[in-house]
Amino acid sequence: MDLFGDPAVWLPWTFAALMGLSILIYVVLDGFDLGVGLLMPLANDDEKDRLVASIGPFWDANETWLVLAVGLLLVAFPPAHGAILTALYLPVFVMLIGLILRGVSFEMRAKAPLSQKAAWNGAFFAGSLMASLSQGFMLGMYIMGLTWTLPHVGFAVLTAVFLTVGYSFIGAAWLIWKTDGDLQQHAVRWAKGGIWGLILGIGAISLATPFVSFRIFEKWFSWPEIGYLSPLPILSLALVGYLWWKLRRLPFVDDRWAWTPFAAATGLFVLAYGGLAYSFYPYVVPEQITIYDAASAPESLMIILVGTLFVLPAIAGYTVLSYFIFRGKATELRYD
Amino acid sequence: MDTLLLSRIQFGANISFHILFPTITIALGWVLLFFKLRFNKTGDQKWMDAYMFWVKIFALSFAMGVVSGITMSFQFGTNWPGFMETVGNVAGPLLAYEIMTAFFLEAVFLGIMLFGASRVKNWVHTLATFLVAFGTTMSTFWIIVLNSWMHTPQGFEVIDGVVHATNWMEIIFNPSMPYRFVHMMLASGLTVAFLIAGISALRMLWGDRGEAVKSTLRFGIITGAVLIPLQILAGDMHGLNTLEYQPAKVAAMEGNWETQSNVPLVLFAVPNQETRSNDFEISIPNGASLILTHKADGVVPGLNDFVGEDGEILHPRVAPVFYAFRIMIGTGVAMLLLSWGGAFLLRRYGAGEMPKLPLLAFTAMSFSGWIATLAGWYTTEIGRQPWLVQGVLTTKDAVSDVPASMVLSTLIGYLAIYAVLIVAYIGVITYLARKATKGEPFSNRRYPRRGEVNIATLQPGE
Repeated sequence: MDLFGDPAVWLPWTFAALMGLSILIYVVLDGFDLGVGLLMPLANDDEKDRLVASIGPFWDANETWLVLAVGLLLVAFPPAHGAILTALYLPVFVMLIGLILRGVSFEMRAKAPLSQKAAWNGAFFAGSLMASLSQGFMLGMYIMGLTWTLPHVGFAVLTAVFLTVGYSFIGAAWLIWKTDGDLQQHAVRWAKGGIWGLILGIGAISLATPFVSFRIFEKWFSWPEIGYLSPLPILSLALVGYLWWKLRRLPFVDDRWAWTPFAAATGLFVLAYGGLAYSFYPYVVPEQITIYDAASAPESLMIILVGTLFVLPAIAGYTVLSYFIFRGKATELRYD
Repeated sequence: MDTLLLSRIQFGANISFHILFPTITIALGWVLLFFKLRFNKTGDQKWMDAYMFWVKIFALSFAMGVVSGITMSFQFGTNWPGFMETVGNVAGPLLAYEIMTAFFLEAVFLGIMLFGASRVKNWVHTLATFLVAFGTTMSTFWIIVLNSWMHTPQGFEVIDGVVHATNWMEIIFNPSMPYRFVHMMLASGLTVAFLIAGISALRMLWGDRGEAVKSTLRFGIITGAVLIPLQILAGDMHGLNTLEYQPAKVAAMEGNWETQSNVPLVLFAVPNQETRSNDFEISIPNGASLILTHKADGVVPGLNDFVGEDGEILHPRVAPVFYAFRIMIGTGVAMLLLSWGGAFLLRRYGAGEMPKLPLLAFTAMSFSGWIATLAGWYTTEIGRQPWLVQGVLTTKDAVSDVPASMVLSTLIGYLAIYAVLIVAYIGVITYLARKATKGEPFSNRRYPRRGEVNIATLQPGE
C-alpha cells in the first residue's frame, strides 16, 4: 500500500486504525470501570465506597472513548455504522440502558438519602452487568457476521459471559493496584476467580474466528503468516502463565508488583484485540463491507484528520495528567 | 403506529430527556467558575458554600447528560441510518470535532474539578473549573452548528444523492447558527438562574437564613432579570431569521393559513388541519404582521403555500408547533414578570427579608427553564418537518427498517427508565437542599486565601 498515494486508500485505513485504537482504549479503560462495578456485590459496605472511589475521577473520560469510537464509525464509515447498529438494535439498547444506570447510580449512591444507597448500589451493579453482557454479546455477533441464527446467538451468549468475567478480572486487577489492606487481598481473590473468563473468552474467540470464514482461516494458517503471527498466541500464553503465578503470591510487602496484574491483563486485551483486527481487516462489516467501500468522502475525512492530529495528543496529555493527579491508592472521594 | 412515527417519538423522547441536563450544565459551569473566582478574590466562606452546594448538582446533572447523550450517538445508527449515509460528509466532521474538542476536555477536567481540590494547587483547580465550563460551551457550539445546518443548509453539493462539503466556513457559519447559538446559551443561563433562585427560595422557605443562600437567591434573581430581556430580543431576531429561511415553520407558529397582509397575532386557537383554519381563535389585529415585518400591513406567509399540487403537505403539523411556541412565549413572559418583580423586591427588602409569596413563586418556577427550552426545541424541530435536513433529506427517507414492534418495546424501556431518573433527580436536588438547610457542613476543609500556603494539603509521606 502506497501510504501517501491515493487518499481514498490511506485515509480509510488511517480511520480504521484510529477507530480500532479508540475501541481498544475503551475496552481496557471502561473494562476496568465496568469490572469494578461487577465486583460490587462481593464487597462489603466500606469497600463499596472505595471501589467507586478507585474509578471516580476516571469513568466519565473512559466512557468518552466509546463515544469517539462510535463517532469515528459514524463519520468515517456511515453505511457500516447503519448496518452494524441496526443489526445489533436490541443489544445496543441493553448496553445504553446499562450505561445510563451505571453512570447515574455513580452520582446517586453518594447524593441520595442513605436509605436509597443500597438500591443505587444495586443499580450500579445491574448497569455494569447489562453493559458488559451486551458488549460481549455484540462482540460474538460481530464475529459471527451479524446474522441472527441460533448457533450464532449461542456463541454470542458465550462471549457475553466470558467478556463479563474478563471485565471483572481486569477490574480486580485495577483494584489490586489502586487499593491496599483487606480490600487488596479480596481483589487478589476476585482476580483469581475471574481469570478463567479471560482465558476461555480469548480461547473461544481464537478458536471460532478462523472457522467463520475461509478467508480468515487462510490469513492465519498459511506460511509464512503463521510464523509472523506466532508471537501473538505465545505472548498471550506467557502472560496468562505470569498472571497465574503472580496472583498466588500477591500482595507483597511494600506493595511491590501490585501494578503488574493490571498491566498483564491490559497486555492480554491488546493481544486478543490485535488478533481480531488482523482477522477482520479489511472488512468493517464482516465479509460484507470493506473499510474502502464504506469510507466517507476523502475531503471530509481529511478535515477530521487534521483536527485529530492536533487534538489527540492534547487528549492524551491531559488524560495522563489526570491519572497522574489521582495516582497512588484510591482515597475517599471528596469535593473539597 | 409505524416505524417512522415510533422512531420520531423515541428520538424525541431521548433528545428531550438529554437536553434537560446540558441546559443546566452549560451555564452552571460558568456560574461555578464565578462562585470560585469570587471566593478566590474575597475569601468569603459563603461563596465556597455556594460552590460546594451547586457543584453537587452540577456533577449529578453532568452524569445524566453524559449517559443520555451516548444514547443519541448510537441512535443515529440504530434508528436513522439514512441521516449519516446522506449528510455524513457534513455531519460527521462536526460531530467528530464536538467529541474531540469538547467531550474529552470536559470529561477529564471534570474529574479534577470534582475530586482534585485537595490534590492540586488552587489555580489548577480554578483552571479545571474553567476548562469544564469551556468544554460544555464548545460542545454547545458544535452541536448547534450541526443542528442549525440541518435547518439552513449551505456550503455543499449533492453528488449521486450524497451530500459533499464544498465550503466549511459556509457550513459552520450557516445563516441560523448565530441566532440559534445565542438563543440556546441564553436559555441555559435562564434555566440555571431560575433553578438557583428557586432552590435558594426553597431553602429560605425551609428556614435557611445563611449568607450563602441569600447570595445565591440574589444571584439567581438578578441573572434572570438581566438575561430575560436579552432572550426576548434574541428570540425575536431568531424568529425573523426563521421567517426568511423556513417560512412554513413561521406560518405554523403563527397559525396563519393564507399568505396575506394585516395578519393578526393569534393568542389562542385550535388549529384544524382538516378544514385548514383555526377554531376558537382569539387574536390581536395586525399583531403578527407588526412583529414579523414591523408594518401593520406587512405580508406574512401562510401554510396553504406549502401544499403540493397533488395535495402533498410540505409544512409541519400545525398544532404541536403552534402550541409549543405559545408555551415557550408564555413561560418567557412569566420569567420576565417574576424576575423583574423579584429584583424590585430585592431592592426594597433585601434577600434576607424576601416575603413568603415571591419565595413560593420562585420555588414553583425552579424548573421553568426546562419547560421553555423543551417547548422552544419542539417548535423549531417539529417546525422543520417533513424535512430532516431542510430541502435536502426528508425524515421518512432517513429512518431505518427496524420492525415497529422493536422500536415500540425499546421506547417503552427508555420512557420507563427516564421517568424513574427524572423523579430521582428532582428528589435528590430537594434532598440536598433540605440537608443544606439543616446546616450540615459541606466541607471541613479550611481553604487558603490567595497567597496563603495550605499546609493541610501536604500529606504525610508526600
